Amino acid sequence: MLNEDVNPDSLEKPHFSGKIAITATGGSLDSLVSEQFGRCKYFIIYDTETLKFEPILNPGEQAQSGAGPKAAELIINKGAKVLLTGHIGDKAEEALKRGGIKIFDGFKGSVKVKDSVSLWLSSY
Amino acid sequence: MPDNKYKQIVILSGKGGTGKTTIATAFAEIISEKIIIDADVDAANMHLVLNHKINLESDYFGGKKAEIILHKCSQCRLCESVCRFGAIKDFIVDKISCEGCGFCYNVCPDNAISFEETNAGKYFQCKLEEESNFYYAKLLAGEGNSGKLVSQLKKQADKKIDENIKWIIVDGPPGIGCPVNASLAGVNLVVIVTEPTQSGLHDLKRLIDLLKIFKIPSGVIINKYDINMEMSRTIEEFIQLEGIPLLAKINFEKNFVKAIQNSKSIIKYDSNFESMFRNIWMKIETIIKN
Amino acid sequence: MIISIASGKGGTGKTTVAASLSYVIPESVYIDCDVEEPNGHLLLNPKIINEEPVYKLIPNVNLYKCNFCNKCVDVCEYNALLNLRTSIFLFEELCHSCGACAYFCPQNAITEVKKEIGKIRSGMADNILFYDAYLKIGEESATPLIKQVKEVYKGSRTIIIDSPPGTSCSMFEAVKDSDYCILVTESTPFGLNDLKLAVNVLIQIGVPFGIVINKYDESFTKLEEYINGNDLNLLLKIPFRMDIAKCYSKGELPAAVTEDYRQMMVKLFAKVKKEIIEVKENA
Repeated sequence: MLNEDVNPDSLEKPHFSGKIAITATGGSLDSLVSEQFGRCKYFIIYDTETLKFEPILNPGEQAQSGAGPKAAELIINKGAKVLLTGHIGDKAEEALKRGGIKIFDGFKGSVKVKDSVSLWLSSY
Repeated sequence: MPDNKYKQIVILSGKGGTGKTTIATAFAEIISEKIIIDADVDAANMHLVLNHKINLESDYFGGKKAEIILHKCSQCRLCESVCRFGAIKDFIVDKISCEGCGFCYNVCPDNAISFEETNAGKYFQCKLEEESNFYYAKLLAGEGNSGKLVSQLKKQADKKIDENIKWIIVDGPPGIGCPVNASLAGVNLVVIVTEPTQSGLHDLKRLIDLLKIFKIPSGVIINKYDINMEMSRTIEEFIQLEGIPLLAKINFEKNFVKAIQNSKSIIKYDSNFESMFRNIWMKIETIIKN
Repeated sequence: MIISIASGKGGTGKTTVAASLSYVIPESVYIDCDVEEPNGHLLLNPKIINEEPVYKLIPNVNLYKCNFCNKCVDVCEYNALLNLRTSIFLFEELCHSCGACAYFCPQNAITEVKKEIGKIRSGMADNILFYDAYLKIGEESATPLIKQVKEVYKGSRTIIIDSPPGTSCSMFEAVKDSDYCILVTESTPFGLNDLKLAVNVLIQIGVPFGIVINKYDESFTKLEEYINGNDLNLLLKIPFRMDIAKCYSKGELPAAVTEDYRQMMVKLFAKVKKEIIEVKENA
């Protein structure tokens, strides 16, 4: 399904329209995906309409407890409709689903943020 | 894509005194490319038998505590009436009972309550003899929030993970409550150390129920199994029914206690035990790879 | 009279001593406060007469009244509430039942409802009144349940409180209003290390205490050096014996099966009673 001619540095014109949140270890599209939701270092918010991305430090990372809720709050406040991550706890997953956010987990920490987005968009 | 990722193992027991720390320390001695965490922050013991050097000692701020500023207080007792934890009496906050909810602070009409992070303990970043990283912590007496401190230790350990690290070995806390939950974060396999007693079996069952909620696979070591062979068999049958592998049965060994009394890990005290623990570890590696 | 039995380290023999003491004390009450892993019932074999669920209060948000102002989220110190814009989501395990969210909601949209956190059982073992509690698996905080199980018995019998191991908030909750605390330790550096932590707690909260060395091994001298060097009360030394260990492994009460063990417990109680009276007289 992946278009093999696509230049890896550009992302396909998506059928999905809106913001995608990705858990990340760093602040750029080349950073690796973070497998952990609650305590990842960054969230990358990618807007498929403007094709711009925004890296945000995860407030949950520093939180003594309740990291999951704080991270979830961030995603909701940023208006993301989709979350890409490695692993998310049951409660945080339930909370986000109730908030209308679609969750796709199972992404590996060896994948770059931009590749995770391409992968997901192409299979959407 | 080759999977170079590290694996995290936590050693739990449910019940105290089964030999969890002895076994965790033995693994720590024989494995290389590892990070060791003593997550029993309530009563940390690994540092008493593992030769180590403390590189950094840090204060741990566990949560906020309320304190009444007497010269601002109009003695209305509103704080006392809203506190659900019985922590306020006659305009004094009992720091141990205070759970840091901030209700009194938010409700005080005189702004006479300060609500600040307080020192709840210390954590230590250390190096073992062969330069592996080792982390432990000490919670101050009567403190809550042990789960948060366990999470803090894991966070510190995270910083030292690189391609060379193959294993994170965590010596877990007893029980099934908050600190145990925190010790389970990111774990690939739980090694349960139990003993052939009624209490051992009882607490093993509770622990297994907890692990089902977290959906983390486990394996069991029956320590001191020859104290009660019948009970040991009962435990073996039980875990077989639960689909949990038996990793090992260890005899009651006087040397386990003697090693601790001499502040040594069992491997250092008597190298004859090394092959036994290597065999058990091989079993653990096999299970994790599947 | 309330006597608590505690230890810094787990597995030192706390429950064995606690259960055995309640066995030798005429007309006693035994309360198992190790709500995460209660074991007293395995040794005392009580007939359970009553079992009741125990609750903590959690907030329930009326979405018709809620205007999503975020006040409850702001006031919650535990990050237990999440504003989903169309609903408020509660992370139940993080909730400490402090009541702040309900109190401060400007719309009065929050009521508090009960959530089950475990159960309390009551029964009888011969002449011993027996109480224990089980924390629901997955529930994080033991202290509300420990508080409640201690409050069930309101009579005047001698009460034995079997505390959870460790020195954190659970142990504190169990021992805090006892007249005397027996600390059970063992002849190892782990036992000594954790004994010191437990001693610190008791000194801080002002509960008089004494020490029992279980699985006593005279070759480990550091323990007695610490006790004597700090002028602490050494109440009893119970030698390590395989027959006691085997007895325990089968779920048999050593005091019921072994006469010399029973005598040790009788002497222990006599000593503790004397100390409690002395403390009261000096007060």
